[in-house]
Amino acid sequence: MSSSPAALKKTPLNARHRASGGRMVEFAGWDMPVEYTGISDEHLAVRTRAGMFDVSHMGEIEIAGSDALALVQLLTSNDASKLAVGQAQYSALMTPAGTFVDDVLVYRLADEHYLLVVNAGNIVKDYDWIAANGRQRGGDAAVVNASSRYALIALQGPEAQSVLQSLTAIDLATIRYYWFAHGEVAAVRSTVSRTGYTGEDGFEIFVPPGQAERVWLALAEAGRPVDLRLCGLGARDTLRLEAAMRLYGNDMDEQTTVLEAGLGWIVGWQKEDFLGAGTLRAQKANGLERKLVAFEMQNRAIARHGYPVMSGGTQVGVVTSGTHTPFLKKAIGFAMVPAAMTDVGTPIEIEIRGRREQGQVVPEPFYKRAKKAAVR
Amino acid sequence: MYPTDLKYTKDHEWIRLQDGEAAVGITDFAQRQLGDVVFVELPEVGRTLKQGEAFGTIESVKAVSDLFSPVSGEVTAVNPDLANHPEAVNAKPHETWMIRLRPSAAAEADALLDASAYANLAK
Repeated sequence: MSSSPAALKKTPLNARHRASGGRMVEFAGWDMPVEYTGISDEHLAVRTRAGMFDVSHMGEIEIAGSDALALVQLLTSNDASKLAVGQAQYSALMTPAGTFVDDVLVYRLADEHYLLVVNAGNIVKDYDWIAANGRQRGGDAAVVNASSRYALIALQGPEAQSVLQSLTAIDLATIRYYWFAHGEVAAVRSTVSRTGYTGEDGFEIFVPPGQAERVWLALAEAGRPVDLRLCGLGARDTLRLEAAMRLYGNDMDEQTTVLEAGLGWIVGWQKEDFLGAGTLRAQKANGLERKLVAFEMQNRAIARHGYPVMSGGTQVGVVTSGTHTPFLKKAIGFAMVPAAMTDVGTPIEIEIRGRREQGQVVPEPFYKRAKKAAVR
Repeated sequence: MYPTDLKYTKDHEWIRLQDGEAAVGITDFAQRQLGDVVFVELPEVGRTLKQGEAFGTIESVKAVSDLFSPVSGEVTAVNPDLANHPEAVNAKPHETWMIRLRPSAAAEADALLDASAYANLAK
């Protein structure tokens, strides 16, 4: 049995979700809305208009001091030295084996001040790992678990900018993808980041927990003209998967290297050294034994997390994520398969409740948003 | 909410008896619990089912559930429209039948829940 609702952690917007008719579930120890109006409805709203998610369960870990960059560089795969103040990057928090402690966003808040946004289920683990390495390394780098200081609201969709712009003096058009700015949203001190987990344009808005409801309600009201939807974790999962974004704990974990997860683009190969670099360099030179691939099925049945990938009579791989996408209307997913099966077009056979179903390896992402029309 | 000409099970199926044949589907409560239905797997025509036996599966983005036969009998038809339009289960749950059966034990249906008893259960 999972823990009782009383023991679950709640975001500052918990009562709001219940009042708005959110269907609540346990996720990574948190009491979170899985859906409001339905996964398909919410998914399509984000693809065509706008949707708003409470992602305050995500963690925030701050690293500050004259040696902050060195610690971030040691522990994460991407090259944080390339970040300007006001810029963010996707990265892996590394084990010495080249695998994931977590996948994170690294924000450069100031010259010597970084913020890592981490997965809800990994907050304590990540903090302990970063702090222990910081102590061992010595130097000037304070590590703080600042998760309780932030609520985080994701506003996603082609209309996200117009909705948010009506509530802020920040010129959102000047914030590029994976950059952020500070300012006020609905008269609340906020940090607005052009990032998200949906494959759509949009923003993630960091606000003080005590003001989260005010911002949430203001955004909901501002979104009324575009028929904004409140969205839950269900649509968040179908959207991220359609955009071929990985989910920690499903698609990769402490047993998966960054290259096996198909994330070579977040490795700063020019960096001098970082945890797990040796393993990654060896894998790059010698090739991989297995790798995550994107697949789609011929039929409608969903190949879900944990279902076996078969070849002949034996299991050769495993589905790590699977869903039926409301926008593309196909059963899609990720699977970890042997290197010989990773070319686009390779047939893939998955056992679904005792039956063999056929699919094939397809290019990533499943869905890519159209480039914006030229500015008038 | 729940049509009075149907009988219901605790597993949230309904059955409509008409001219010695029975149509089977799932209730509005069940479809709301499942969310958007993407796939319904149905048995072969001619299969004999016992009361309470799983005759297929219904899959939504969120979950997979077994479908249980409200009564014993032989499958005489499966709904051909569900292969391409499983979302009909969400849109019109009490009109979207999944299988038709020729019941082999008439008394079984009498013992199922009526609309008001089911409405109490599905709160």
